[in-house]
Amino acid sequence: MEAAGVGPESRSWSTTYVRARLRARPTPLVLLAIAAAVALLVLLPLGFLLDQALSIGWTQIDHLLFRPFVGTLLVNTVLLVAVATTACVVLGVAVAWCVERTDLPGRRTWAVLAALPITVPAFVTSYSWVSITPIVQHFGGAALIVTLAYYPLVYLPVAAVLRGLDPALEESARSLGMGPWRTFLRVTLPQTRLALLGGGLLVAVHLLSEFGAFAMLRFQTFTTAIYDEYRLSFDGPAASMLATVLVLLCLALLIGELGLRGRARYARVDTGSPRPAARARLGRSKWVVLAGLGALVGLALGLPLVTLVYWVLRGGSTSFPVVSLLSAAGSSLELGLGAALLTTLLALPVAILTTRHPSRIAGALERAAYLPYALPGIVVALSLIVVSVHQLPALYGTTPLLIVAYAILSLPLALVATRAALAQAPPVHEEIARSLGCGPLQALVRVTLPRILPGLGAAAALVFLATVTELTATLLLAPIGTQTLATQFWADASTRSFGAAAPYAGLMVAISALPTYLLTRRLGAVAGPRRAR
Amino acid sequence: MRIASRRIVIALCAGAALAALAALASGCGSSESSAETLTLYSAQHQQMTNALAKAFERTSAAKVRVRFGEDEGLANQIVQEGSASPADVLLSENTPPLELLAGKGLLAQVNSPTLAQVPARYDSPNGRWVGVAARETVLIYDPKLISKRQLPASILDLAKREWKGKLAIAPSEPDFVPIVSAIDKLDGRAATERWLEGFASNAARYDDNEGIVAAVEGGQVAAGVINHYYWYEQAKEIGAANVRSKLYYFGHKDPGALVNVSGAGALKSSGNPALAQRFLAFLVSKEGQSAMTHSGDWEYPLVAGVAPPPGLRPFATLQAPDLGPADLGNGSAPLALMQQAGLL
Repeated sequence: MEAAGVGPESRSWSTTYVRARLRARPTPLVLLAIAAAVALLVLLPLGFLLDQALSIGWTQIDHLLFRPFVGTLLVNTVLLVAVATTACVVLGVAVAWCVERTDLPGRRTWAVLAALPITVPAFVTSYSWVSITPIVQHFGGAALIVTLAYYPLVYLPVAAVLRGLDPALEESARSLGMGPWRTFLRVTLPQTRLALLGGGLLVAVHLLSEFGAFAMLRFQTFTTAIYDEYRLSFDGPAASMLATVLVLLCLALLIGELGLRGRARYARVDTGSPRPAARARLGRSKWVVLAGLGALVGLALGLPLVTLVYWVLRGGSTSFPVVSLLSAAGSSLELGLGAALLTTLLALPVAILTTRHPSRIAGALERAAYLPYALPGIVVALSLIVVSVHQLPALYGTTPLLIVAYAILSLPLALVATRAALAQAPPVHEEIARSLGCGPLQALVRVTLPRILPGLGAAAALVFLATVTELTATLLLAPIGTQTLATQFWADASTRSFGAAAPYAGLMVAISALPTYLLTRRLGAVAGPRRAR
Repeated sequence: MRIASRRIVIALCAGAALAALAALASGCGSSESSAETLTLYSAQHQQMTNALAKAFERTSAAKVRVRFGEDEGLANQIVQEGSASPADVLLSENTPPLELLAGKGLLAQVNSPTLAQVPARYDSPNGRWVGVAARETVLIYDPKLISKRQLPASILDLAKREWKGKLAIAPSEPDFVPIVSAIDKLDGRAATERWLEGFASNAARYDDNEGIVAAVEGGQVAAGVINHYYWYEQAKEIGAANVRSKLYYFGHKDPGALVNVSGAGALKSSGNPALAQRFLAFLVSKEGQSAMTHSGDWEYPLVAGVAPPPGLRPFATLQAPDLGPADLGNGSAPLALMQQAGLL
């Protein structure tokens, strides 16, 4: 089956050729309009933010922004984003390479285990660390813990690219005399650049708005100042003004990533991979790699899970209210699946626009999706309250509105996965379908969609994971009376009833396990007879 | 194998579509009449809120539905909802959110018999909300690191040099600002500024009371300023015999013995103002207050004749200063002082 369909034609579509063909085809206006509508929806919170922020006077801005504490917070934020993102990139690439490109024993198991840390709520991770040692309550500890929590965002897409990469280039490099390290750095790594930068960008932007993970770690970032403004002054406009700083930081990151991505040709649009790459033999260093991966999984996944078990065993409040556990799990599943579906649907047109009809406008529309990702959940939720309660009162306090909030908060996750899948599915197949008489929509549904379905599944899985642990927007927007695993965990943990809270966190990890498994096999993947297995 | 997993993806998508449809259907169908349904926004602990709601349902035959959240989220939500708010009553953990809503004209006047149940100092100064429960400011300390003799007579002593490196504080907790207001009120602006300066340089900043309890309990810091109930929650969770830290009550009407009040107010926009008022009255009735003290929470009742949860010191022996939310103002002055001291 692997050999079927492998032919010279699969290698002949060079990037240049495809680009030339793409330029020749004008951007369909309908597609542009849909993508623009998605971007507008996503930018809704930003409009609210600016409206609020502009309502306060300069003296207050001066007073709020230019005080010593805010300076410390800005330095903290920038340093943390720089250090933790770099660490996530290094760790993510190293793990991806070991799992996908070496003869490591138990690779498939490691591939799943290494991705599972994103299923653990950040609060649980930081709590378990703090209960072991107070050393983590500083910059280094905060950087370490968020690295352990978020490196899968780099590992997953990079592993997907490595898996689908045509080894021919690397083989040529080796045959021309390059050593294994130079080949990796100069040939393999550049081909993962898009995935690597995309994952790094997700981590960096996410860290801007991270709050929960740091609460136990005594580490304050700029988002702290925003929450303080809400908690102590109840001043929404002032908090919004502070949040615009996060938007500016996010813009800086987006521009920085564009700069790093540069104009280099990163990869062939068609993977053309006829067979899996030869795996590097680890030899004796196998034991070092095994120990390293074991330590990583132990720290990032084992430790929080052991903490949950400890809470259950030792907690004075431990209980297993079956009805409440099941109904919360049901709500989380329903919301997670709904959000996964909607977000993937919203991401698809934007991703098609940026991969099939790249232009400045397309790039800007896609990048707009990252801005709300940098905002604290409370800002996004309040903006949706404002819009819906007055304009769409029938929607207010309903599940669909909450799902829209999730979509706004997690669109970048779906975009990354959808783009990766589209980039690996050669557009030439659509063009052949068009030339044979298919309309654009028909070509999409009959040719492209079936091929990128696994990639769409991965996008949905990422959104599902993010949704299941979401708390702030859920509290404000969920239908009254709806409890999710995250809100129940929070309710018990906020009274230090950790024994009672642990089963909810355990269920969160459990229902996230299947999507995570899908992710490790499917991120960026395309279906088709040529796909090497 | 590949086909099997593609089926999984398709099944997941189909499931999601069904779930979304079901959600839409239930969303459309759920606009039932709120004739005898009370919508409560509660920032209070879930356990206590549920106990109060259940007890009210028993006595009133009305149904209670609750949106849980935190003070800042719920208060800002109600501000944005404005007159369209579905909430009938807000039960908050601290009083500033209620004052915020009162200031924006969103709260209705509370019936005077309800207000009269609670000492006037713990009610809204102009009758817009009623005090429901109280928490006491205390010093949590590690008896292995702080001897009885070293315990401070007043919270003002914590600014002295001998406390350097021994203190944990959570300045961004809403409980902390009122302490600064109390010092400002009782000892004057100059003393407050001096105190904040010394206090800030002595103390390590934590994000919340829970963090302080964990740090003192873990032997990482000698003492910290918290609300009493975090210590009781910790003791319940890890077992009283395993607790290492102790509580010290400042007493003597010291600003360090300040009482923090949790209160409730009815919204002007409520579709059923009579029911909202009945709920407020219930909260400060003997039944309501004892439902609260028996809920497993550790807050003090505010109504005379209702005993606090077992294990708490009697409220009268706390010797709190004679200050209520009305005396402490809206907190903007202490916030500015704290920002000046670099605490915020």
